[in-house]
Amino acid sequence: MSTPVIAARDSTDRDQRIPFGPLRDSFELTRRDLIAYLRTPQLLIFSTVQPVIFVLLFRYTFGGAVKLPGFHYGYVDYLMPGIFVQTVTFGSINTAIGMATDLKSGLTERFRALPMSRWAVLVGRTSADLLRNIFVVILMLVVGYIVGWRLHSDLLSLVGAMLLVLLFGYVLSWLFATVGLAVRDPESAQAASFPVIAPLVFASGAFVPVGGMPDWLRAFANHQPVSLTASAVRALLVGGPATSDVWNAVGWDLGILVVFAPLAVWLYRRST
Amino acid sequence: MTEHAIVVEGLRKRFGKVAALDGVDLEVPRGEVFGLLGPNGAGKTTTVRILATILRPDEGRAAVLGYDVVRDAAAVRRRIGLAGQSAAVDENLTGGENLRMTGVLGQRPIAEVKQRASDLLERFDLTAAGDRPLRTYSGGMRRRLDVAAALMARPPVLFLDEPTTGLDISSREELWDMIRELVAEGTTVLLTTQYLEEADRLASRIAVVDGGKVIANDTPQRLKAQLGSTVIQMDVRGDGRAEQAAQALSDLRDGRVEREGQTLRITSDRGALVLIEVLGDLSSKGLEPDTLTVREPSIDDVFLTLTGRHAEEVTPDRGADSRPRRWRR
Repeated sequence: MSTPVIAARDSTDRDQRIPFGPLRDSFELTRRDLIAYLRTPQLLIFSTVQPVIFVLLFRYTFGGAVKLPGFHYGYVDYLMPGIFVQTVTFGSINTAIGMATDLKSGLTERFRALPMSRWAVLVGRTSADLLRNIFVVILMLVVGYIVGWRLHSDLLSLVGAMLLVLLFGYVLSWLFATVGLAVRDPESAQAASFPVIAPLVFASGAFVPVGGMPDWLRAFANHQPVSLTASAVRALLVGGPATSDVWNAVGWDLGILVVFAPLAVWLYRRST
Repeated sequence: MTEHAIVVEGLRKRFGKVAALDGVDLEVPRGEVFGLLGPNGAGKTTTVRILATILRPDEGRAAVLGYDVVRDAAAVRRRIGLAGQSAAVDENLTGGENLRMTGVLGQRPIAEVKQRASDLLERFDLTAAGDRPLRTYSGGMRRRLDVAAALMARPPVLFLDEPTTGLDISSREELWDMIRELVAEGTTVLLTTQYLEEADRLASRIAVVDGGKVIANDTPQRLKAQLGSTVIQMDVRGDGRAEQAAQALSDLRDGRVEREGQTLRITSDRGALVLIEVLGDLSSKGLEPDTLTVREPSIDDVFLTLTGRHAEEVTPDRGADSRPRRWRR
């Protein structure tokens, strides 16, 4: 504790900009969030074990009971696209919890007093969630393969389907970042996210066909983004006609992003 | 270049119905520790948050090193460090990773950031803990790391918001030493505190804030001279006896007597001598105190003298809602 390192420097070079500053800020925060995922076992478990259990449970319980009119493959081929979408949907709760945790701990205040990009915290967080989703989706492909899921189209369609899943997860990150910034408390963030997510995931065609639902519910299930994304992914993986489902899903994604990215940034700026 | 590091004029900020700041004026000279002393809810944290560009004032202006905190917020952020109750560190990162993140986000080149992080870990006695996640840190270590993080970009102006609240005595002394070194090297420090002793030991000037206003602004010596260095407090119970006691002590030479109910409070610069005199005067009138305490002046005494009421009667503002009240009579 002897080296005189603390002296304030004269402020001549303080206004020099670091090249690609906002990008560098975002990278740094992505890195930070990834380190946090790796060091928080309960987060990793929540985002990996839980979807594996869903696969095993649905595959072997619903598998024998569900009738799939007009679908010419086994239940596992119907189920897995739904599992991919469900996995990134549930995973996006982490975005809400993460944003709320930073607000509560006071870290957000520190960020706001630093000369960094206002977008970087959100871009960093959603990018880290995207990377985590890539990992989880690959894991689900492996698990799916083990329980009998097979690709019935081509590699290009598989890549397209996975990109669609990841895009959906990414735009949901912005939606749930907004939720986290609005409720400002990790427990409330979790509590507030579930009622949004549960109907989207379960009142959908993700796990079972919507044909058995009452009319009013079927109308919702047919048009909401989890169903449409699952349906587009399913069509791509079995090589059926996919174009209209894909565009519907992408339309939802862009709509969510256009509404919630500015809203999240606006909430972040005024969060004190 | 302005002659003052921080200038605050007519600052007002409301949270709903509560006026957290009700017209604050301050001038903080360069290269000194300036103490902002007051109870929870007085407006200390709100002032710091406005100066650190986290909050916008409703009225008035504030400038740091000549840069307006609203119009030139980005320039202000490149020149300040913030630590204390309103700043924080990431629990999942190690000490070193926290410093790195703050340095990079402070827009410093990576080579400088790495060097400085290892220098600061050493300087703050955290080298051994530098590779451990924050979860394993004690309160004192965490606070030291928080201050180290605030220093990553070598800010010429440092805000320390109640930096020693909740620290044990030895950690507090260590942090005080570091603050003195910083100032010796040219940093301007704005320190908020609830402890008169802390402001007294560190600051060359103290502004006492209460209810969103500055109610005194002076050197510690002159503030204390108003009070006296010793407080003798006694209870004299029984019908009218406290009043008789106050009467008996009315021509005390080196002390000032105040009565509140059956409690007498005598402030003086010559404690021991006055104590003998007080007890002599009382016994000559056949009076004796039921309880007697001799102590150094507390923040509550400063308040009682400056405002005529106790510090804990102050209405808390939003800045105080999450923290326990710390002063009791």
